[in-house]
Amino acid sequence: MNLSVTLAGVTLQNPVMTASGTFGSGMEYAEMMDLNRLGAVVTKGVANVPWPGNPTPRVAEVTSGMLNAIGLQNPGIDTFTKRDLAFLTDYPKTKVIVNVCGRTAEDYVEVVERLADCPRVDMLEINISCPNVREGGIAFGQNPKAAETITKAVKRVAAQPVIMKLSPNVTDITEMAKAVEAAGADAVSLINTITGMKFDINRRTFALANRTGGLSGPAIKPVAVRMVYQTAHAVKIPVIGMGGIACAEDAIEFLMAGASAVSVGTANFHDPTVTLKIIEGIEAYMQRFGMKDVSEIRLKED
Amino acid sequence: MKYRCNAAVVQNLPLGDDIYDMWIEAADIAACACPGQFLALYPEDPTRLLPRPISICEIDRACGRLRLVYRVAGAGTREFSEMKPGDFLDVMGPLGNGFPLENPGRALIVGGGIGVPPLLELAKSLPGEKVLAMGYRSRTYLEEDLRAVAELVIATEDGSKGTRGNVLDAIRENHVQADVIFACGPLPMLRAVKAFALEKDIPCYVSMEERMACGVGACLACVCQTENVDEHSQVHNRRICKEGPVFDAREVVL
Ligand SMILES: Cc1cc2nc3c(=O)[nH]c(=O)nc-3n(C[C@H](O)[C@H](O)[C@H](O)COP(=O)(O)OP(=O)(O)OC[C@H]3O[C@@H](n4cnc5c(N)ncnc54)[C@H](O)[C@@H]3O)c2cc1C
Ligand SMILES: Cc1cc2nc3c(=O)[nH]c(=O)nc-3n(C[C@H](O)[C@H](O)[C@H](O)COP(=O)(O)O)c2cc1C
Ligand code: FES
Repeated sequence: MNLSVTLAGVTLQNPVMTASGTFGSGMEYAEMMDLNRLGAVVTKGVANVPWPGNPTPRVAEVTSGMLNAIGLQNPGIDTFTKRDLAFLTDYPKTKVIVNVCGRTAEDYVEVVERLADCPRVDMLEINISCPNVREGGIAFGQNPKAAETITKAVKRVAAQPVIMKLSPNVTDITEMAKAVEAAGADAVSLINTITGMKFDINRRTFALANRTGGLSGPAIKPVAVRMVYQTAHAVKIPVIGMGGIACAEDAIEFLMAGASAVSVGTANFHDPTVTLKIIEGIEAYMQRFGMKDVSEIRLKED
Repeated sequence: MKYRCNAAVVQNLPLGDDIYDMWIEAADIAACACPGQFLALYPEDPTRLLPRPISICEIDRACGRLRLVYRVAGAGTREFSEMKPGDFLDVMGPLGNGFPLENPGRALIVGGGIGVPPLLELAKSLPGEKVLAMGYRSRTYLEEDLRAVAELVIATEDGSKGTRGNVLDAIRENHVQADVIFACGPLPMLRAVKAFALEKDIPCYVSMEERMACGVGACLACVCQTENVDEHSQVHNRRICKEGPVFDAREVVL
């Protein structure tokens, strides 16, 4: 049975990765699980300089999901390469995908240039879809022209394959996917969180200091599956699917919809070893249906 | 080392005012837990994804058991309150750093509201001389347990027991002298305790609270503001679940 998948020339031992921002760089989870068993670790968004993030409260639970407005707090690329990438060299079987954020195109380019000579970095994921910081990310993620510009700028200096991470907070996600494909993106990943809001009716204020936050978890899964399906049928580059995956059955839905690989985010908070259970569950499913290659999970329509 | 386990509930008794006194069996966690650390408790209801952070109130290493004392604050803690001996509860821990167990002389341990529970194990584990000062709204809880460990002064808002007023009023009224302070409770209390410690120029450790998602330091949900640039974040933020919940009061902005 073959669980490995190849995305833009990079082969992952299985199609399961951790979603950016929900797993740090794996450091905090290493004592509870074997990181070497993951398809890839996708690290928390990193910028050219340290970002302080938003005021607290930064998270709120909602039915079958959560809202977050962390605000892309990160230690900056210097500390990240010295500490986080050094840590990940101990896990050679797992691919490393570095998620990059910025306020301006120059910010993104600076980080991508800095990562060009880091051998531990297998792929880059460019976050143009964070709903929680005003200037950054989302400015590029809701306009196909801007998405094209940033993709081209990053591709010009990137040494590794580039995944563009798309926002669901758009009218037509296929338009965005086609724009970044045309600009040279090697893959797309989706979905980032859906903008939401919650009130704390006892404290009589917004549940999050930032007022709005990104909705994630099982509550968004049907929306994510639909968007992955539409995107996988609109572009030729690989699609990495995520949004509410909490068990193997969820992951299999995304693979059926046309995703080449999947990311697991919020579910890590409920069960830190959920990714390993998902890998085992996909294997069991393939066995049950007599599949030899994980790509056979994709639904063939006539 | 952190453990995730399905712990058996041994006891879960109401203490009044919606506060419950639970003992769980979690030998791995009990073996390495320290006072001031906490557990993540996972509701069984699958629509509630996030763990509930609850402090360790007492550690029985010999029996491999942990005591948790918690107030019903919402649906998650309500679910826990309905559990019976023999039921099982998903927990992860021990989490966080815990209190430093150094006592340069006479320790003053200050608690308020639902911040009282972790101070019981601290009072038991801390060497040397110590005084406990606890503030309640009206009815007290854990009073006998605390009194069995050290001298206890009490404040109640309605004056039904001890000093009428807040815990600092009780400390002043009883002329409590201290060389170090440990505190857990609502933010206004922590601010007052910090000011008191600065005034007396003595070290002070405070246990902080914030909304959490991962509980292990990965998601950056639970930060508090610090005076200095923190080494992990490279900004003025520390993670309460990882570098905390206990901080030197001079380090954090309250
Ligand atoms: C380090 C730490 C130790 C704690 N120790 C204790 C303890 O020993 N005893 C006790 O009674 N309470 C303690 N608390 C508070 C306790 O975590 C909350 O009362 C509890 O999470 C409420 O959950 P709920 O589902 O009943 O409420 P809901 O309001 O339904 O919870 C919704 C969400 O908000 C979170 N939340 C709500 N209130 C708080 C809060 N005050 N702090 C952090 N998250 C919150 C919940 O975890 C959940 O994710 C502690 C909090 C922290 C951070
Ligand atoms: C706490 C938190 C932090 C996140 N941080 C980032 C981030 O830094 N960069 C990014 O591209 N996406 C970030 N995301 C989005 C996730 O990677 C993912 O796209 C989204 O949560 C949907 O997946 P899920 O439902 O499995 O969590 C974050 C999500 C959460 C919940
Ligand atoms: S709760 Fe995730 S970092 Fe503290």
